[in-house]
Amino acid sequence: MACECGNCIDYSVLERIIEESRGKEGILINVLHSAQEHYGALTPDIQKKIAEGLNIPLSQVYGTVTFYHFFTMVPKGKYVIKICTGTACYVRGANKLVESFADKLNVEVGGTTSDGLFSLETVRCVGACSLAPVVTVNDVDIYKRVTPKEIDGIIEGYRQKEAE
Amino acid sequence: MLNININGIDVKVEQGSTILEAANKIGVKIPTLCHIPEIQKIGACRMCLVDIEGNPKLQASCTTPVVDGMKIRTNTKKVRDTRKFVLELILSDHPTTCLTCERNTRCELQSMAAELGIDIVPYRGATSSRGKDNETLQLNYDGSKCIYCKRCETMCNEVQTVGAIFSQKRGFNSEVGTPFNVPFKDSVCTGCGQCVLNCPVSALKDNENIDEVWEAIQNPEIITVVQVAPSVRVTLGEEFGLKPGSIVTGKIFAAMRRIGFDHIFDTDFAADLTIMEEGHEFIHRVKNGGTLPMITSCSPGWVNFIETFFPDLLPNLSTCKSPQQMQGAMVKTYFAEKMGLDPKKICSISVMPCTAKKGEAKRPEMGRDGYSDVDIAITTREFAKMIRQAEVEFLNLPDEGPDDPIGISTGAGLIFGASGGVMEAALRTALEVIEGHEIENIDYEAVRGLKLDGVKEATVSTKIDGNDVDVKVAVASGLGNARKLMEKIQAGEADYHFIEIMACPGGCIGGGGQPIPTTTEIRKQRIEGIYKGDKDMPIRKSHLNPAIQVLYKEFLGEPNGHKAHEYLHTHYHHQKYYDNLK
Repeated sequence: MACECGNCIDYSVLERIIEESRGKEGILINVLHSAQEHYGALTPDIQKKIAEGLNIPLSQVYGTVTFYHFFTMVPKGKYVIKICTGTACYVRGANKLVESFADKLNVEVGGTTSDGLFSLETVRCVGACSLAPVVTVNDVDIYKRVTPKEIDGIIEGYRQKEAE
Repeated sequence: MLNININGIDVKVEQGSTILEAANKIGVKIPTLCHIPEIQKIGACRMCLVDIEGNPKLQASCTTPVVDGMKIRTNTKKVRDTRKFVLELILSDHPTTCLTCERNTRCELQSMAAELGIDIVPYRGATSSRGKDNETLQLNYDGSKCIYCKRCETMCNEVQTVGAIFSQKRGFNSEVGTPFNVPFKDSVCTGCGQCVLNCPVSALKDNENIDEVWEAIQNPEIITVVQVAPSVRVTLGEEFGLKPGSIVTGKIFAAMRRIGFDHIFDTDFAADLTIMEEGHEFIHRVKNGGTLPMITSCSPGWVNFIETFFPDLLPNLSTCKSPQQMQGAMVKTYFAEKMGLDPKKICSISVMPCTAKKGEAKRPEMGRDGYSDVDIAITTREFAKMIRQAEVEFLNLPDEGPDDPIGISTGAGLIFGASGGVMEAALRTALEVIEGHEIENIDYEAVRGLKLDGVKEATVSTKIDGNDVDVKVAVASGLGNARKLMEKIQAGEADYHFIEIMACPGGCIGGGGQPIPTTTEIRKQRIEGIYKGDKDMPIRKSHLNPAIQVLYKEFLGEPNGHKAHEYLHTHYHHQKYYDNLK
C-alpha cells in the first residue's frame, strides 16, 4: 500500500517488478530497466530494494548501474537532449554543439538543469549520418545538420512549450 | 591426457588445464598479477601472455586451455617486449612512492617491475581518481594504488560470498568498491581481510595500530600485557624467511620481551578456557533442550557474517567470547587482582592472525566498568613489522616461554589455529566430561585439514545420562562454505548438534592478518605445523591444563557458571546496513 503522506514514493510497482523476476537467472538488468522506466532514476533506495528483493549484493547492483551509460541515479530532465558524437557527427562539429549546449544550459554532459527541464547527453551514432550532426530530444524530436547558432532556438522552443 | 610442448619441453597435461597450469607443472614460470590459483582466472592483467605456434596474437595463459599438440613459447622477444609494455602501462597509472609504501620490498608489482627490468615508465597520462577509506577498523583502502586485478572482488564475492565490494563504473574510471563508495565499515564487509591477503599491491592493507602499541610500551604509567594467538606461531617465521608451518613459539615470547612488553601471555591459554566454557555450554544445551546445532563464535569475521546475513540463527551461536576476548577479560580481572594491578592502567594487546579482531576488540559489550578486554589488536604482519622496527634479530632469538599464571596451554588450545581445531578440542574435553573417564584416542582426523569447497562432517558416539547418543558435528571454513551450511539449517536439512565455523579458508592459519602470500599450498603447510605442534605438547586436553584448573578454583567457580558468564560470555545483535544511503 502506498503511503498517503504525499512525500513517500510508492514502491508497489517496483515490488511487482521484483516479484515477477525473482528466481530468474541474469534478470538484474531487466529489473533495473523497468525500474528506471517507471521511477525515472535508480535512487539508492530503489537499488537497495532490488538487491534485497533479488537476493544479490547491493555492491553488484550498484556496480551494474554505474557500468551502463543508460542507467542513471538522478532523475533526468523533462527534455533529454542527446547529441550524436558518432564519427560522422563528430567530424561535422558535434563537439562544438556539446560545448554550446553545456554553456547555454549551464550543465555538464550527463547533468540536468536545476529547474529539472533539460538533461544533456551524448550518444554514439544514432544511425542518421547523412543528417550529421544530429541532435535528438526525448528520442522523438530529431534536429538535423544542427549548427551552434540554432541552439538558442531549440532550447527556447521547449521553454515556451513549458510556459504554455 | 594431452601432449603439448612448452619451450621445447614435451609435457603431458590433463584436459581442461590452462597453459599457465601446465607451465607451472614443469617449473616454467609465467608472471601473473591477477591470477589466484584455482580461484580466479580472468586474464585481466595481461602479464601472462604467451606465444602459441600458429596463433598470430599472444594469448593470456591463465585463461587459455591447452589443446593437444599445442606448441607454446613463454619467453620469446615478442613475449618479453609485450609483457614489458603492458607493465609500463599499468605503472603509468600507479604512484611511484615505493620507498614510503606499506608494501615496499614486499609488493608484487614492484617485484615484477624489477624482474622485467623496467628502467623508466615512458608513459605518464591521466591518473585514476579512485576512493580512499581510513575510517574502517579492520582495513585501509587506497584506490590510487589499485591495479584493478580484481582479486579482492573475487575473494569477497566468490570465496566469502559477502559481496561488500564489486566492480563499478567503466573504462578508465573502473574500480572495485563498496556500493555508493561508503566506507567499508558502513558496508556488509565482515572485516575478514581475505581481500587484504590477496592484494598484490597496497591498495588494501592493514589499518595499523603499531604506533599505539609503541606508545603504550614507552609510557611508564601503562602496564602492557600481550597475548599471541595459536596460529601466529606457525606463520610468523615466514616474515623472516622461514618455511610456512615452522613453529616459532619460543622466539615469539623472546621477541615480546625484547620489544618491552611487561607481561607476556598466550592466547592458547584462553583457547583452553574457551573450550571449558563452550564444551560445558554444549553439554548444557544437549541436556536441557537448548538451541541446536550450537555454532562456535571464536571467529569475529564469522560473527559479523551471521549477524548480518543470518540474524535468525543467532540463538544457535555459542555465547562464548572468543579466546582473544576471554584472555583480555582474565588479564584485567583475575590477573590484575592477583598482581594487585589497577585494570585501568593495563593496556591489553593481542597479536592476531586476523583483521576482524580489531573490530571485535572495539565492540562495546567486550569489557566492563569502562575498560575493554582488549585495547589494541595487531595482525601477524604488524607484529613482524614491530620486530623489524625494534631491530630484533628474530632468527637468532633463543626459545623462551610465556609468563605465569595465564600462559600455560595445551595442544587443544594450539589447534584452535586451524579449521576443525575448535571442534576437535571441544570433543576432547566434552566427551571426557560427559563420560566421566579418560578417552585415549583424541585425534579426530575427520574434522582436520583444508577443505576449500564444502563441509567436514563426523559422528561421534557417546553416552549422555545413560543413553547412547550419536553426536553429529560439522566444520566449515571460508564464509562461502558457512553460507551453504546456514542455508541448509534454515531449510531444516541439517541435523547436526555442533558446528564449527571459521571465516577464513583453512581457519586462522589462513586469516586476513597473516603473512602475504597466503596460498592454498602455504595454508596446508601451516596446518601441518599446527598438528605437529599439538602432537609434541605434553598436555593435549583443555580441562587438564593446570592453570585453567587453578583459575576456576581461585576465581571463576564452575564452568558456564555465574561468574564465568559475567566475564566470558557475550550477546549478539542483527547488523543492518545501507539504511541511510544518499
